[in-house]
This record gives sequence, C-alpha cells and structure tokens, in this order.
Amino acid sequence: MALIKAQNITKDYQTEEVVVHALQDVDFEIEPASFVSFVGPSGSGKTTILNLIGCLDKPSAGNLRIADTDVIGLDRKNSAAFRGKHLGFIFQDFNLIPVLTVYENIEYPLIMVQNVAPQERKERITRLLAAVDMTDQAHKYPHQISGGQKQRVAIARALVTNPALVLADEPTANLDSQTAHAVIALMKKMRDDFGTTFIFSTHDTKIVSEAEVIFRLEDGRLTGKETKGGTKP
Amino acid sequence: MRNLFKIAIRNLIRYKRRTLLTASLITIGVVFVLVFVSVTGSFKAMMIGQITDSMLGHLQIHRKGYVASIDNLPLNLNMKPQAYAKVAAALSATPAVESFSPRIKFGGMFSNFAETTSIRLNGINPDQEFRTVPLLTSRISEGKKTISRGEILVPTLLAKGLKVKLGDAVVIVATNADGSVNGKQFIVSGILESATGPGGRDGYIHIEDAAEVLRMPDAEVSEVAVRLKDFSHLPAVVKQLESKVADEVSKEGRPMFEVHSWEQLSPFYHIARMIDLMTFFIKIMLIAIVLISIMNVMIMAVYERIREIGTIAAIGTLPGKIRSMFIIEGLCLGVVGAIIGDLIGIAVVMIINLIGIHFDFAQQKGMLLTAALQPADLLTVSVIVIIVAVAASLQPAFKASKMEPIEALRHV
Repeated sequence: MALIKAQNITKDYQTEEVVVHALQDVDFEIEPASFVSFVGPSGSGKTTILNLIGCLDKPSAGNLRIADTDVIGLDRKNSAAFRGKHLGFIFQDFNLIPVLTVYENIEYPLIMVQNVAPQERKERITRLLAAVDMTDQAHKYPHQISGGQKQRVAIARALVTNPALVLADEPTANLDSQTAHAVIALMKKMRDDFGTTFIFSTHDTKIVSEAEVIFRLEDGRLTGKETKGGTKP
Repeated sequence: MRNLFKIAIRNLIRYKRRTLLTASLITIGVVFVLVFVSVTGSFKAMMIGQITDSMLGHLQIHRKGYVASIDNLPLNLNMKPQAYAKVAAALSATPAVESFSPRIKFGGMFSNFAETTSIRLNGINPDQEFRTVPLLTSRISEGKKTISRGEILVPTLLAKGLKVKLGDAVVIVATNADGSVNGKQFIVSGILESATGPGGRDGYIHIEDAAEVLRMPDAEVSEVAVRLKDFSHLPAVVKQLESKVADEVSKEGRPMFEVHSWEQLSPFYHIARMIDLMTFFIKIMLIAIVLISIMNVMIMAVYERIREIGTIAAIGTLPGKIRSMFIIEGLCLGVVGAIIGDLIGIAVVMIINLIGIHFDFAQQKGMLLTAALQPADLLTVSVIVIIVAVAASLQPAFKASKMEPIEALRHV
C-alpha cells in the first residue's frame, strides 16, 4: 500500500491582485522506504508540494492521504501531533536550535514531541550519532560545527522519532558539492538502515541523479516520473 | 518541564545583555519598593506608636455621644461610677487588654497668681496611665516622671508663656457639672512636651484631685484609654469590646458606651493612610516597570526567534509547549529579578540601619528610624513581580504558539 497518495492536488495562493496557481491537478503515489526527489525550476511547486506532504499547509482542492490518514481533515493541533509521530524534517538552513548541543538537538523531538523514556532516548541518540558520524561532536553547539555537520545532525534529529517519512526541502543548497553528495549518501544509507522514506526537493542535477524516483514539476504541474532501479523495500 | 526550563534559561543566557538589562530594571524596581515600604512602614509604625503610646492609647471607651462633643470636654457626658465599673469589668475580662486607664478630662483656668490662661486637664491614675501610655513619661522634659496628689504636669507652652518653673505654685479653677466654680492650688512637678507638636495645652493632675476640683463625690470618668497586648489585634478587639458594652443600655434603651480605635480619634490616621496610598502607588509603578520591561523583552524574543518557532512547530511541538517555553522565560526573568531585588533590598535596609537615620516627629527630636523588612513584604513584592512577569509574557507567548509553521519558516 502506498505511503502517500495524492489525487488532483491543487494549491492556489491569493495575492493582492491575482490568484497564483502553485499546483494544478497533481496526482502521485509514493511507496514506503523509497528515495524520492521532486525536481524542477524555481517556482515549479517543489516547496509547495513538500509543505503539503509535511502537513504544514493544506491544498485548495484534492485528496491527500499519508500513512493511511486523511491529513487534509486534520486541525492545527492534530496536524502537529501527526507531524511529530509520522514525519521528520530536514531544512535547507539546517534550523538547529542554537541553545541546544548536538546531542540535545537530536534529543529534542523525543522529549518535547514524543515522550520517550530516558534509557531508550539515550540508545536511539547514541545509535544515530554513530550513524551520522557525529559522536565526537555531541556536546558541541551548532555554531561550533560546520554546515555539513549541521545537516548530519538535522538528519539524525529527523530520524530519531522513527518516522515513516522524512522531508527535505533543498537539503544541499547551502553545502558545497562534496558535502552535498555526502549528505545525500547519508540520507540514502539511513533509508537503507531504517526503512524510512526520504523525499527531497532540489534543482541540482548532480544531486537529482541520486534519487531513485524522480517527479518532475513545471509551472505547478507534474510533467514526469522517472524510476531508477526501483524502490528498495 | 525540566527541559522547558533548560531551554528558557539558555535562551535568556543567549541574549545576555538584554536579559541583564531587564533583570536589572526589575531588580531596581524591587529594591526601590522594598526600601520605600520598609522606611515608610517603620516611620508609620513609629508615628502611630508615638501617638498611641504617649497620649491616646490603642483605643478608648466613652459614654455615648462624648466623642461628638469632645472639643467641649462635656462633664455631663462623663460615666457615672457604676457605669465605669461595668466598663472596667468588661476590660478586665478581655484577655487581649494589657491595661486601661480612666481619665477625667475637663477645661479650666490656669493661673500663676499674676496671669491666667485656659488649660485642658487630664485627671489620671498615674500607675494605670503610665502602663497604658508608657511613652507619656518620655514627654516629661523636666521634673519627676510621675505625678502625686497636689501636683500638676504643665504643658511646655503654658510653662513658657506664663514663666512657670518646677516647684512653683499654680491655681486651677474649673466650672463643675452643676455650674458652680471651684479652684485648687497645685505644685508644678513637671513640664510636659506635647505629643502632637506646638499648641498642645493638655496638663495632667491626679484623678482624685480632678474629682475634688470638679466636686465629684466619686470620680466620674470621661474616657477610658486602653492598651492591647498585641496592637495588630486592634480591629478584632474593638469589635469584641463593642459587642461586650453593647448590652449596656440607658433607661431610654439607647447604648451607653462607644468604643473608638485610635484611627477614629487622631487626625494622624489620615497621614498613615496617605503613606499606605503612596506605598500602593509605588507598587503600581513596580508593576508597570515589570510589565513593560518583560513584555518588551518577550516581544523581542518572539520576533527574533520566528524561524526557530517555525522549526519546533514543524517537527511537531504542540502549541501549548511553545507557549509554555516563552511564559517560563518571563517567569525566570521575574524570579531572578525578584530574588536579586530582595537580597539587595535587605542589604540596603541593613545599611540604612547601620548609618542610622534620625528624624523629628512633633516634639520628639532625633528619633532613630529603624527600617525593617517584614517577610510578608518580601513575599508580597516577589509574588507581585512574578505574577506580573508571567502575565507580561502571555501575549508574546500566545503569539508564538499561534504562528503558522509554514509562515514562520519563511521568515527572514
């Protein structure tokens, strides 16, 4: 069964004078444990579609089911609860909490979003710190580590709650080419290790090639889907 | 909850200068209020003490209607001996009463054989009077600190005006209740400072001499001054005594006695009320300082952390927790400001007492101000600061919790 099922998704934004059609009749399905990318030029609707899947926004029309839940019908509080339980986020600017250490940033969702027991928290964080190779940096603050390291911490924070799906909007935009590939490779490894579905948006053609399923967007319409070697279970 | 505090405290430390400025502002406000409360409170207590302990007593009992005509010192409204006996019995049976003193008050003429002037006289039983108003002796600037039969304590104003000295003979002439006039010679045994400043014309003689001058076979008491064991119980004791003497009614069925606390008898009560009012307004100023400074700093905190709010909201932090995060920041600022303010306030009060501030009140010169901070004052001011700090954080906290994560994340 598909993890995400989107049917006739439309998203319009009303500006002062005109209506902007950000997405028009978009249909797609995403299977569990897949490594997916939405690609397209600026303004094509990549971020909009990720915001909708991330339950941060609601479509103007259409149906959207994630993990067998009609997310459009969720109110503000339930949307937050759904995000906390099923979704992980990786941001372009890393968005780590500056007053918390690397360890505490990863721990944050386990304490503030889910109520995970201390022992299990420690086990999960230790495992993820090792997986993203940040064990040595655990007690540093975000301003004490590099951009690539920040993004690895962000990946660990996104995965620590064992979400079904991790969304990453332009996760490599602020990284150099080598670090960007390393981050994408890490995300893919995490998908392999934890079976988590990763969806990311990018306009970097080199990065796009890393994705196993590619949805192409143009002017708010889905113009193509490419599958490379199938999705891994 | 521990983590909410951890994040809040770290965010406060993150903006050190702003946090320091805000906490300092609150601290200064708390110190100012505490010093004001302690100094004015001590001044008020000393002022009330002077008035009650050297003249009025904590409360007084009169025959009904006496206080309304008190300026005339009406002899026809004195208590008959049987009536006084009832009052004395009621007072003796009241455990809260430490002592009481019957007084015969009357107006008369004071003569040094060459000149004559008017005088207000208090016939007292010295033992009872000095127990009830113990500071009366401190008002005797010259002469014996007591009074015996045939002696008079002359107010300093009269003594100076009529050039009367200790040991001089003077004559008191007074009109009796039946309209006849009587006189008696006295020896000046002491010069008495006024409790309330220049103009005091109250002299003291023995109660039996007063009865003799007024040709009373038995002393007819004008008023009974009462001292309580604990001044703070005054309102309750007044009520208690009112209910006790309420049973005593005249032949016409009207109440025979009236009970008044010092507040109802002295205009200085209004000064005490003004001090209370000033303290109240100073507290309002403190509330304004805390409210404005914390609201300002929390609005800034929310504005500066919009993207962070968007991030934590996006990863699933519920609005209630986001709200709590900011309220706890305000709470911490209030607690820190209150604690430091309390400590500095206590230190300043101790320094004031070490330096020793002297002031004059009425005829009392060089009184030492003993500033004291009551635990209740510290608690009240701290609780006010903390509650206001939390209240000031509510609006910014609600604003943060209501932010749409998608808009917050877009914020630059």
